Amino acid sequence: MSRIVIDPVTRIEGHLRVEAQLDGGKVAKAWSSTTMWRGLEKILVGRDPRDAWYFAQRICGVCTTVHALASVRAVEAALEITPPLNARLLRDLISASQYVHDHVVHFYHLHALDWVDVTGALKADPKRTAALAQSLSDYPQSSATHFSAVRKRLQAFVQGGRLGPFSGGYWGHPAMTLPPEVDLLAVSHYLDALEFQRDYARAHAILGGKSPHPQTYLVGGMASPIDLNSEDAINASTFQALRELFQKGLDFVQQAYLPDLLAIAKAYPEWTKIGGGLDSYLAFGDMARDPVPPGQLAGGGVLPSGVIRNGGSHVEPVDPALIAEDVARAWFTYPQGDATALSPFDGETNPHYTGPDPPYEYLDVDSKYSWLKAPRYDGLAVEVGPLARMVIGYTQGDRRIRPLVAGALRELGATPAVLPSVLGRTLSRGLETLLMARYTLELLDALEANVRGGDLSIFAGGKWDPSSWPAHAQGAGFVEAPRGGLSHWIVISDQRIENYQAVVPSTWNASPRDGDGNPGAYEAALVGTPVADPERPLEVLRVLHSFDPCMACAAHLLDANGRPLAQVRVQ
Amino acid sequence: MADRMTPIPQQRPPAQTQAAVPGVSQGPTGPEEELPLAARLAGFSVERRSCVKYCAGLTAMLALPTTLTRRVAATLDAQTKPSLVWFEFQDCAGDTESLLRARNPALASLILDLVSVDYQETIMSGAGHQAEDALAAALRADGYLLVVEGSVPRGARGAYCCVGGRSAIDHLQKAASGAAAIINVGTCSAFGGLPAAKPNPTDAVAVSDVVSGVPIVNLPGCPVNVDNLTATLVHFLTFGALPARDELGRPLFAYGDRIHDNCPRRGHFDAGQFAVEWGDEGHREGWCLYRLGCKGPSSYHNCPSIQWNGSTNWPIGAGHGCVGCAEPAFWDTMTPFYDRLPHVAGFGVNATAEKIGLTVVAVTAAGFALHGVGKAIQRRVGQRGDGSGPGDGTGPPGVITLPDQATPSSPSLPGRGRT
Repeated sequence: MSRIVIDPVTRIEGHLRVEAQLDGGKVAKAWSSTTMWRGLEKILVGRDPRDAWYFAQRICGVCTTVHALASVRAVEAALEITPPLNARLLRDLISASQYVHDHVVHFYHLHALDWVDVTGALKADPKRTAALAQSLSDYPQSSATHFSAVRKRLQAFVQGGRLGPFSGGYWGHPAMTLPPEVDLLAVSHYLDALEFQRDYARAHAILGGKSPHPQTYLVGGMASPIDLNSEDAINASTFQALRELFQKGLDFVQQAYLPDLLAIAKAYPEWTKIGGGLDSYLAFGDMARDPVPPGQLAGGGVLPSGVIRNGGSHVEPVDPALIAEDVARAWFTYPQGDATALSPFDGETNPHYTGPDPPYEYLDVDSKYSWLKAPRYDGLAVEVGPLARMVIGYTQGDRRIRPLVAGALRELGATPAVLPSVLGRTLSRGLETLLMARYTLELLDALEANVRGGDLSIFAGGKWDPSSWPAHAQGAGFVEAPRGGLSHWIVISDQRIENYQAVVPSTWNASPRDGDGNPGAYEAALVGTPVADPERPLEVLRVLHSFDPCMACAAHLLDANGRPLAQVRVQ
Repeated sequence: MADRMTPIPQQRPPAQTQAAVPGVSQGPTGPEEELPLAARLAGFSVERRSCVKYCAGLTAMLALPTTLTRRVAATLDAQTKPSLVWFEFQDCAGDTESLLRARNPALASLILDLVSVDYQETIMSGAGHQAEDALAAALRADGYLLVVEGSVPRGARGAYCCVGGRSAIDHLQKAASGAAAIINVGTCSAFGGLPAAKPNPTDAVAVSDVVSGVPIVNLPGCPVNVDNLTATLVHFLTFGALPARDELGRPLFAYGDRIHDNCPRRGHFDAGQFAVEWGDEGHREGWCLYRLGCKGPSSYHNCPSIQWNGSTNWPIGAGHGCVGCAEPAFWDTMTPFYDRLPHVAGFGVNATAEKIGLTVVAVTAAGFALHGVGKAIQRRVGQRGDGSGPGDGTGPPGVITLPDQATPSSPSLPGRGRT
């Protein structure tokens, strides 16, 4: 038995530390910890609820739109505001394009170097690489000349002896087994994807002024005016520019991302058997075209909603009242007892660091060991995110998702049983990127049609003035974010935030053990992972990166100050 | 605005040649083993012409004489890659995401050609021991550039932010001692930012609060505009020193002008044309956003001129007011965001026109102009006299008497001070 520590876990957002006990060359136990906390929930108390989205957006600069959206939805649910159709379409447009941007960056820049040996690419034959690339798709930059230039550039870089961000990579690791031509293809697309994501992010600047952190959300609507006859509003040329960007996005996903993903997946078939994890899934659903009435989740949206328990074949509807969190193993304390599972409505934020003073070598994993709480659904640890959505959608027979998943499985010669795995998670993310890339164009058409029909409304202003608000109001906003189901909860009292909290995708997935000792999704998925070289635990990174960890999100806000809420409105 | 500035002298005189550039690591390989920048760019689909164009653009952005374009280009040509270490502490990775949007040069050129990004947790391949080794190796050679994203918590004996079992303060102080300069990206590392907003639960502070003796440049913004980062890097590579800064450590080339003074909607402000409600005619026609809470009159940043994402747009261009995200403590002084100046918290409910500029100075200690918004507005109000003008058609053109508490807000406006 030996103990390994990976800290920092890199190629993620934020500060994640994993400790693992190895036995017989495999992970026997794992502990997931986040080592940073900011206390934003305390900062939000007492402020104007209309400002909350701007603060909450800074929970994460990678998920740069989802917390803003969850925040305005929470306030709108509390105040019973329904934003106009244009605003809802603009929000979905930003969200859908966020999926494309986020997932492309994850695949190429955060995850690919777990599978692709950059130095292996130097051994590739450009002609054979070109032949391979051309057999996979119509992606334009697929000539032998191109791959030769990329290899030359890479060669000069490596010979310079200064590998920069590529130093310390897992080059030559026994678990790196791609053919050199796939390595070169992937390195070439790594560089192309840098340019692609940079250009694609312009969509958020067009709609929201800048990216990251577009500055355009409002309680009650959106701040981008629409007027086909104005140069200073969303107009015909805006639609044209967006259509070009979204078409490029769809092309890149179809011609590079998915073919590359499938080529890599085919070379690593054993990774369909590793890293499955909890086998229980939760998704709130999102992107319904009709307004979601208070008290309901976005069932029937393009992104599915539901719960699957313990690998079952039944999808049950989500009941937000069954969400609870405990702090038995988190650096927080509840007066009622740390193993008490509290509804997010009743939670408390009392930071209580009991870990070792830095610098430290190991955390005391038998005690509290993370700045994350342990959220549970009806007492059950669940996974959220792309795999949850694709499994739920597939099981429900969703008309968009089922054919996507079935087609990819056919291509891989696999059955749905391979989905709960590292590659299943990574594949799910790629497939929903295609779903979202297509949907951006649908949404844009819907928005343009509505605008051409004469509807210029972007804002429901009836309750903008706080004097129109009730003395006390509360509500929750649900978003299906790229990393999974996200919810923000707000209590408004005398026109100020009395209480604010969020239960975030990476909190679900990266959670520590709960009071009953049940592990979170990362911890469960790591068990059984082979580790060929404990000094270079590449395999552990493959499992973790398949979740796309986002720790600033996860650790940001923990709960409110203990006021019980009898009811919460859900939007 | 030059009268408010006390530029900090450059730490070193401009270097005459690359060899004279002090504090820049030559790295393990000699210059002869690395191709000049132009050749490196040319090797990957960027032609010499665009290299010169790029250098000219940078020269202009840095407010240097155009005759220096050749020098910028020559310096970059001769430059070997300095080592760059990028720390993330109490951050949201927004500044890292901004780095991903780099365009001039693109990130690929930046990391492959211009600097050696030896430690950057979001993009680096190695994790755990491999990452720690990369950091240790980078810190062994003095003269690296240290980029910091995120604030530094002093609470809980450093346990609010640890990397590799060591606290942020520990990392920062060790790394600072060998750095040629520190570049703070974003408002959090520059001024404490969001984690330091009231009540600052983790005792978060700016980098300059825990480090001294190293030249520091602050590039605030939420997030940093990557064009300002790349321009600062190029300035450092060219002259071996940081650009001239204001008393808040912000480079004058990027934070020397007030947003309000360069705003394309300024004409509407002067003409008394204001958007009054989101989506109304004034909003759709691109009128001034002051009445919807815009903080451009008290914010210094080059947003209007360089914009964001390759000059695609900027917040005011997209219809939302400025929130002053490059100003110290803007989370407390510029909120509520939708209240009009001077009704926001930092100004006090009863501030009058004359007091605005002074109040801002008091709140942020320094850095705002004494000739701030109050006097500017006051002057215009005085010139206009009766406040008549084209107006916005929604009521008396009393909109011009912006700071006057006696003018009741329209019911659809925020118009409320914090109570």
